[in-house]
Amino acid sequence: MFVKIEVNNKLIKARKGETIMSALESNGIMIPSICAMKDFTPTGACRMCVVEIEGKQGLVPSCSEPVNEWMKIKTHSPRVIRSRKTIVELLLSNHPDDCLYCDRNGSCELQGLAEDLNVRERRIVGKKNKYKLDHSSPAIVRDPAKCILCGRCVRMCDERLAVFTLDFINRGNSTIIGTACNKDLNFSNCISCGQCIMVCPTGALFEKDCLPEVEDALHNSDKNVIIQYDPSVGVALAEEFGLKPGKDISGLIHAALRKIGFDKVFDTSFAADLVTTELSHQLVARKKQKVKKPLLSSCCPAWIKFAEQSCTDILSDISSCKSPQQMLGAVIKTVYPGISGFDPGSIFSVAVTPCTAKKFEAQREEMTKKGLSDIDAVLTTRQLARLIKLYGIDMSQVEPEIADEPYGVRSSSGKLFGCAGGMTESVMRTLPWAAGGKDPEPSRIAELRGIKGKKEAVLKIGKTSYKFAVISGLANALPVLETIRAGTCDYDFIEIMACAGGCINGGGQPIGADENVVKARMKALYGLDEKEIIRLAQKNPKICELYDDFLGGPLSEKSRDVLHTTYSVRKVLL
Amino acid sequence: MDERTSAILAKYPRGHRDCLIPILQDIQEFFGYLSEASLVEVGRYLDLPAGKIFGLATFYNQFRFEPAGRYHIRLCHGTSCHVSESARIIRELEKILGIRPGQTSRDGMFSMELVACMGACHLAPLIQVNEVHHTSIKPEDLKDIIDSYIHGEEE
Repeated sequence: MFVKIEVNNKLIKARKGETIMSALESNGIMIPSICAMKDFTPTGACRMCVVEIEGKQGLVPSCSEPVNEWMKIKTHSPRVIRSRKTIVELLLSNHPDDCLYCDRNGSCELQGLAEDLNVRERRIVGKKNKYKLDHSSPAIVRDPAKCILCGRCVRMCDERLAVFTLDFINRGNSTIIGTACNKDLNFSNCISCGQCIMVCPTGALFEKDCLPEVEDALHNSDKNVIIQYDPSVGVALAEEFGLKPGKDISGLIHAALRKIGFDKVFDTSFAADLVTTELSHQLVARKKQKVKKPLLSSCCPAWIKFAEQSCTDILSDISSCKSPQQMLGAVIKTVYPGISGFDPGSIFSVAVTPCTAKKFEAQREEMTKKGLSDIDAVLTTRQLARLIKLYGIDMSQVEPEIADEPYGVRSSSGKLFGCAGGMTESVMRTLPWAAGGKDPEPSRIAELRGIKGKKEAVLKIGKTSYKFAVISGLANALPVLETIRAGTCDYDFIEIMACAGGCINGGGQPIGADENVVKARMKALYGLDEKEIIRLAQKNPKICELYDDFLGGPLSEKSRDVLHTTYSVRKVLL
Repeated sequence: MDERTSAILAKYPRGHRDCLIPILQDIQEFFGYLSEASLVEVGRYLDLPAGKIFGLATFYNQFRFEPAGRYHIRLCHGTSCHVSESARIIRELEKILGIRPGQTSRDGMFSMELVACMGACHLAPLIQVNEVHHTSIKPEDLKDIIDSYIHGEEE
């Protein structure tokens, strides 16, 4: 059903029931907004998107007002523009003017709006916001002084993650955004997923900086600095250098990292292969023991923290496998010294991830053994881009190189871990082998692809069938977790990823990605898989070597010691 | 779980979120303030995250999150008091006690609360310490008023 509306003296068609904003956008008219988020219920809080409607006294927020037949709208009348400009001026009046030093300089929406609306003088002078910086979390820093109270982080945390960490506190002009009882972030139930950073229009939320530590290690001749990067970084970093989304630049990353001075460059996908083999064997063993409850994935540290605080009754059903980053970290500190001759204490291990929760994971107590942490520093994709720029490397001039042996060798299954469903797809390729059968010919499992919140697949091996579910976006996990508690869940394995779409849409990825960008990154990873020769984790020669020479075999005592971990109940304000 | 909190909660149906404010009012009336633990209890009972309850409770002036002091001082900032410069009274008292409205001094002696109107506009500006009203006061009177309570305590 279509209706006709008049916009700026021109007739346009709009779908009945849609909002004015969406009708305008599909007709090529851009309306500025701060609080509006695609696929979320509109709140009409920021009033940036106001338009003039004939017959209505006040200006109307286009993000929440539905279209009506023969509505006469003015989107850029002097009155509308003046109103929008005043809003930006008011927001700037108490905003700390430290743009040059701000984490979001260049990617700040408030900065962009001030530019677009031609704000060129300080017309309104207010008292500057002064709040304490919240440094407490190992992953996320909060600067309430820069918060413009759009509420996007609150809605993201509530609606997509169902974690409910943030909310508006107090009232009127003393309103702030904070956690339960206004505690620091590390005392709260925050799972460090970083999705709030992705939606924050300003620098009020950003990830913890650990570039100085990495630089110090790089300049310390006693340190052997080893770096690994996640598959999702390879397909997203290009965006930070102005290239089209969905381009895999892993080869360039290897070269750039070597130029910066990293001694060894490894690929986290190697460890993803390791997770696949360990997990497949766990799954087969569980099926043999006829365990009714499903095995839950353990690769997403944000989900793990959520489970430790809110799902304490099913902690024992979470796979004990460390995440790929931590597995590779542990291997680098325990096995690699024997191969390379590096002293374990001299190794400084860095991981580049698309994730902020990995920063939290790296400092978990369980991830340190005999005073040596598996991972010493975690950089996000954004921080890697910053490091590359800092070292003056022109990515357009770099020639691709390959990663170092042995942990730069990976199957293409390992690369799939970046997408929600990729881990399951990889496990489905390895499971027949783990069950003692033949390797399957890897084929595209269509039902596991795409960015849907819940996906399902079934694998038959002989007479046994395995039922898989993939959940992305933590809020989508709640109904499934309920069925586990009720005993009615018939899945054998559930992959849970906190971020919608998986790691490719993680909280450490380039800012400003929309659904199309996420899809492009996903396509790039699946594209990689189709072209490869080694497409099964168990076919990765270096995995076989690692098992033969050191670990003994999947789920061996040595494997359990190095590659597996434990979880414990966390007491936080829920 | 605190038995007294449970007794208050038991008066309301489990999971009915519309009972949130009455429950919080009952808890505050009984304990004098809303503790962290009580927010969590209420959250569990109504299936609401503690953060959301805290967000709602801080919206209203009536809720406190610290136990009240031995001398609970209510400062009126209603219209009449406001035009009689109650803002200066509030600032001065904040300075003397080193706390802000909603807080309690470290020694537990004094706590401050802003209220809208106490119905004694002809005596503005006024404050109420426990049950005693101090009317038509000036900022410079506050020191003596506070001292009188401290000395009263010592004797």
